[in-house]
Amino acid sequence: MPDLSPVSIARPTGTRVSRVLGIASLVGIVWLVVFGLFLSPNDATQKAGVRILYIHVPSAWLAYLAFIVTGISSAAYLFKRTRSLTWDRIAGASAEVGVLFMGVTLVSGSLWGRISWGIYWTWDSRLTTTAFLFVTYIGYLAVRGLGGTHQQRARRSAIIALLATLEVPLVHFSVKWWRPLHQQESVAEGKLNGLMLFTLFVGIIAFTLLYVWLVLHRQRVLAMEDALDDQGLDTALAERRAEGAQI
Amino acid sequence: MLASMGVSEQTPYVIISYVVTLGGIAVFAWRMLARARKIAPQVSEEDRPWT
Amino acid sequence: MSTWRIARLIAAKDLRIELRSRVVTNQVLPFAALVMVMFAFALDNDNVLTRVAPGLVWLATMFSMLVLVQRSFAVESADGALDALQVAGVRPAGIFLGKSMALAAQLAVLEVVLLLAAIVLYQAEVAWSGAVLLVTTFVAATTGLAFVGTLYGGLAAGAKGRETLLPLLMLPVVAPVLIGATRATEAAFGTNGASSSEGWPWIGLLALFAALFGTGGTLAFGSLIDE
Repeated sequence: MPDLSPVSIARPTGTRVSRVLGIASLVGIVWLVVFGLFLSPNDATQKAGVRILYIHVPSAWLAYLAFIVTGISSAAYLFKRTRSLTWDRIAGASAEVGVLFMGVTLVSGSLWGRISWGIYWTWDSRLTTTAFLFVTYIGYLAVRGLGGTHQQRARRSAIIALLATLEVPLVHFSVKWWRPLHQQESVAEGKLNGLMLFTLFVGIIAFTLLYVWLVLHRQRVLAMEDALDDQGLDTALAERRAEGAQI
Repeated sequence: MLASMGVSEQTPYVIISYVVTLGGIAVFAWRMLARARKIAPQVSEEDRPWT
Repeated sequence: MSTWRIARLIAAKDLRIELRSRVVTNQVLPFAALVMVMFAFALDNDNVLTRVAPGLVWLATMFSMLVLVQRSFAVESADGALDALQVAGVRPAGIFLGKSMALAAQLAVLEVVLLLAAIVLYQAEVAWSGAVLLVTTFVAATTGLAFVGTLYGGLAAGAKGRETLLPLLMLPVVAPVLIGATRATEAAFGTNGASSSEGWPWIGLLALFAALFGTGGTLAFGSLIDE
């Protein structure tokens, strides 16, 4: 059993950098809540609905960023010179965080749609592509759970992630041509004043820091899980050998 | 009185969206850290190169 | 042996198995016909049925395809046949293309039956002017579906819980085919006053889709089925 100090047990995936990141994102989010819910004014046309955008836009942006990171890390894993399980774990961690952000984005977006358009959902290309991404990456996470060696998991899931990335434009354009008459811009048309823009800006910064913090930790937890798997295998092998020696 | 506090029929939607978003992220983060704490004692130091 | 020859041998083997076991004719085709009848119960209105007939044909194709893909790989993984093929040094690209060809042939039979069902049960009208577009649509969509089915079927083949994993993985991926093939078929049928010239851009999308997954599958199939 390795010797661990109490501090590293309490924060097994934390480092000084991650702590600074975590505190910074926490401060950013408190700021966002205070400004977004209380200090910023109502919008002239959207009224209170605009407040949803302060968290909806950053989470949507982060969800897309997360999937781009998954795509790039998957490509980095498949590329022989940069092949490393770390890329695979970053891809997996980023996809998990991406699914989380995309899920909450769909919820906050529907709520915003309900008060701005009167409907929860409309089949425009942006919304539909987002929903498609959400389901596809849930499938990607299922592929990661298929089992096998770490290398098999990494190769398989990297291929699936790349195929999913390549398919996104196909989905986007097919939906766009599918319903050309029902196009509706889903971004707010209204003019945001200085404080509103500033609040949105704070939100984007806070969520970006939060994303980095989450992926950093999640990736380390995944590394520990992999190490634990290997240990289990080693122990099993050793036991099997001991059995053989007894006979 | 409610109107003077800025409460309108839109307020529940705003509140729910904040709760779902921040709550969802918090639950995810909490479960992740709990998992880390649980398995960390079984993982040796050299398997955690960031420490 | 060239990849093409391997592909032809594997396709012939798969089709021979299907012909002998008669699972497709005795179970999958009746299932597909049943789905078409159930749609009619759910959408109990002749006008609606005629209008949405192209979409229902493709939707039924995709649901039945799930069964076909399961079957295509149940045959392989039952006796570890897929592993045996790989151990024997058969090129994965050949396996991929061969199984895709066999799946495409089965899908084609399925689609013809569904199309006839739509004409008979839903009063869908096929204009002769749209015949070329219709055939092209079916060829392009079937190719794409066969590639996707083989790719994801192979991936899920060895896994626990593959029956539930396959739809989750495959249905979102084939969404563009559903949209594209439905719109192109509507244009060929002249549904809702669509003219057949509106269908051709969709053929481009279907072809692009088939090319993407054909290339991806040929390159990556070995890594995906590697146990």
